[in-house]
Order: sequence, then C-alpha cells, then structure tokens
Amino acid sequence: MTLAQLRSVRVDYCRGPALGPIDLGLAAEEVVALVGPSGCGKSTAMRLLAGLEKPTVGTVERAAGKGETSLVFQAPTLAPWLSALENVALPLLLAGEARDTALERARDCLEQVGLGRAINARPAQLSGGMAMRASLARALASRPRLLLLDEPFAALDEITRRSLADDVLRLWAETRPAILFVTHNVEEAVYMAARVVIMTQGPGRIAGDVATPGPLPRPEGFRTSAAFRETVEDVSRILADTMKAAA
Amino acid sequence: MNRLAAFLAPLTLVTAILLGWELACRWMSVPVYLLPSPSAIASSIAVDWSPLAAAAWTTLSMALTALVIASVCACLLALLGGLNPLIEQAVQPIAVTVQVTPVVAIAPLVMIWTGLDHPGRAITILATIVAFFPIYSGAAAGLRAADPDLERLFDLYGASRWQKLIRLRLPSAVPFMVEGHKVATALAVIGAVVAEFVAGSGGAQGLAWRIIESANRLQTARVFAALVVLAAMATLLYALVTVAERRILAWWSGR
Repeated sequence: MTLAQLRSVRVDYCRGPALGPIDLGLAAEEVVALVGPSGCGKSTAMRLLAGLEKPTVGTVERAAGKGETSLVFQAPTLAPWLSALENVALPLLLAGEARDTALERARDCLEQVGLGRAINARPAQLSGGMAMRASLARALASRPRLLLLDEPFAALDEITRRSLADDVLRLWAETRPAILFVTHNVEEAVYMAARVVIMTQGPGRIAGDVATPGPLPRPEGFRTSAAFRETVEDVSRILADTMKAAA
Repeated sequence: MNRLAAFLAPLTLVTAILLGWELACRWMSVPVYLLPSPSAIASSIAVDWSPLAAAAWTTLSMALTALVIASVCACLLALLGGLNPLIEQAVQPIAVTVQVTPVVAIAPLVMIWTGLDHPGRAITILATIVAFFPIYSGAAAGLRAADPDLERLFDLYGASRWQKLIRLRLPSAVPFMVEGHKVATALAVIGAVVAEFVAGSGGAQGLAWRIIESANRLQTARVFAALVVLAAMATLLYALVTVAERRILAWWSGR
C-alpha cells in the first residue's frame, strides 16, 4: 500500500524551477533514503509529502493524514520554554489528548530514546545528541504512519550519528512507520534505508533508485561488509555522474 | 579583583566630582541660587524629604498606572493582530504616527479633553501614549518571530489558529515583550515628567511640578533635590526591571 506519492510533480519558486518533474512513492513500512547535492529539492520533496507545500504542477497523493505524519528537522526544533517531556507531549496535546495521557505517552517515548532521566530538562540543558533524541521522541509520540527525517543527524558528531541511526532503526522495527530519510551522506543513506533514491542537482530529478542489501535494522558488522561497501560505491558513482552532468 | 574595580571606579569618580563641586562652591563663593553645593542639596533633601517623597510617589504612581494601561492595551492589540493580520495592518500606521508625534504637541489636546481640573488624568494618558509603542512593537514583532520549523510542525499536527497563538507565538514573543516593557518603563517615567512640565499645574504635584515651582522661586537647591530624587527613582525602577528581565528570560530559556 502506498502511503504517499508524488506524481509528475514540479515545484517552481520565483527564482526558477526548484524540483522535478519527479515521481516518488513511499509504501507502508518502507524506509527510503533521499540523497542529492545541496539545493536539489530534497527538503521540498519532503514538505510536499508532509502536505506542508503544494506543487506547481502534478499531484501529491497522501494516504497518511496530517495527524499520522511526523517530521524531524536538521535542528532539534524544540520549544525552549518547555521541558523535554512537554515538548514530546506537544503533538498529542494539540490533537486534543488529555494532559495526563499525553504526558504518560511522552514519558514512554523519552524512555525509548534513552532520555528517561532528562524528562524535566529544558532544551538548553540538553546536548545536541540528546536534543535530537527528544525531537525523535516527539516525532514518534503521535504513533505516525509516515515519518519524515530531514537531515536529522547533519549537525552531530560521527559517534552520535551512528548511535542515533541504530536507534531510529530499532524504533522503526517496533512500530514500522514508513520513513523518508533525507541526507547528504551516502553511507548513512545506505545504512539506514532499504532503498536509496538519488537526485540530480537543482531542479532535482530522480537519477537513480538503488535497493540496499540485507535486513533492517542492520546486523552487527554491516558497515564493514562487502555488500554495504559495494552499494555505497554504486550510489556514490550515480551521484558523481549527476554532478558531472550538471557541471 | 575586576568586579571590585568595576564597582569602585564609578564610585570614586562620583565622589571626586562631588568633592570638587563642594570645594569649588565654597572657595569661589558661588551664589546658592546659581549652583548650590552638594551639601546644600543634601540638606534640602533632608529638610524636604516628606514632600519630596510624596511628589516622587505622585510621579511614580502616574508612570506605573500608564505602564499598566499601555501594557494591557498594547498586548491585547498585538494579540488581536496575531490572530488577524488585517488588524495588525490597520493598527500599525496609527501606532507609528502616534509614536513619532512629540508628546508635548499632543499634550494641550489631552489637557482639554480630560478637563483642566484633572491634570493627573492627562499626565497618565500622555505617559501611556509614550509607553504604548515599545510594548506594542515588541509584542507584534515577537508574535511574528516564532521558529518557522516549529510553525511547520504545528501546521503538520493540525494546530488551530488559537493553539498556535497560545502555545507557540505567545511564548516565542516573551523575550521581545520583556524588552518592550523594559524600554516602556523608562519611557513612562520620562513621559510622566514631560507631561507634568506641559501641564504646568499644581493639580498634580509630582517631581516635575516641584522642579518648576522651585525654579520659579530661584530655590535651586530644591530643584536639584527633586532632580536627585527623580534620577534615583528612575534608576531604581530600571534596576528592578532589569532584574525582572533576567529572571523571566532565565525561566523562559531554562538556563
């Protein structure tokens, strides 16, 4: 079942065409990574799938409603005046859930991402990695069917990135939302997703669609496996070719 | 050591100025109506303490009343503008026009409208006009300054316009509103004093009235005494607002 689909979508801004035309679909429980150079329209594609932006041409089909879609940005985007717990409970409170139920669910989500001890901390008191975990917990709180991750690890160090990547896949295995993961990092894309979609330089079009080997979540030692390295090479080659063609 | 030096430096300078002033007045036998010595001013404050305190309270109460009225009106209007941009667009030019028109020029009209028997009302209204704009403009700017990604998340979670205002835009505006109130506090005192000068009436016997009355009688020590009390009052008020600002921002950001 397709949860969200872009059909012959094109987006033009006042400075010119920004995206497309592209066709991009996301099936239920599928994890897809979207890689491409800066300014190729990855984030625009994500906003289209979230229903936050309308295409200039083409159609966006969304089986997941607004309340069933969650988004994580590059920055944690937490409200500084709220505690981690209140931040995570926010989507539920906005949806009209009772405060006690919302806070209970938020507490569970924070524990799931390893922040059980920091529920009362404010965003300013959290490290970059902890704040991003809180942001992830908020995205999961509403039990989304579609989870959109817009370069969520871009501002983090390598160790935190790897640990968070494993956390996202572990959490995915529990409730299996469809995930679209936007990134610049080819290794991260191959590690995180079952399918890597490569985009060309702006206006972004789809240059390739590569299936990755092995199961999700990734087994121990996957990063050092030959299959992983080969897929990374394949994706990198397609990406390099698109960059050369654009130049 | 640095903190001690920072504390002692202005204290030493003020002491040196006061000492030089005192000695110059004594050695050069400066007439007291021209420049009274600091000791004469201190003695005037001590002798007139009770009427000075009453005058300070009159000015302060008018300024604080103006601040409260300005705060309520400005925040309410900014909130309405936050709910409906058309209201903001309608209010903005009027607010700017009132702000850039000197309060001294508006004062005679306000005096006529409130009645010459009620200068206190006129002074409060004029101080309100002066204090209104920084609070309104701070609140209006703050309500527009929410993190765009947080706004997107609120849209994604289907937040209503009211929920966005109460749960996102209003809390985001807190630092701007605090800054607006800080500026408005100083302006309210200035506005009240200027309005008292313009009213020039004994109906509201604030510090400005004492300055005018004493100056007319060439009682320069009493002019200085009222000035010292006015400066001390304004400085204390500013210090209190600064402390409140720090506390509110610390609570807001959790730092």
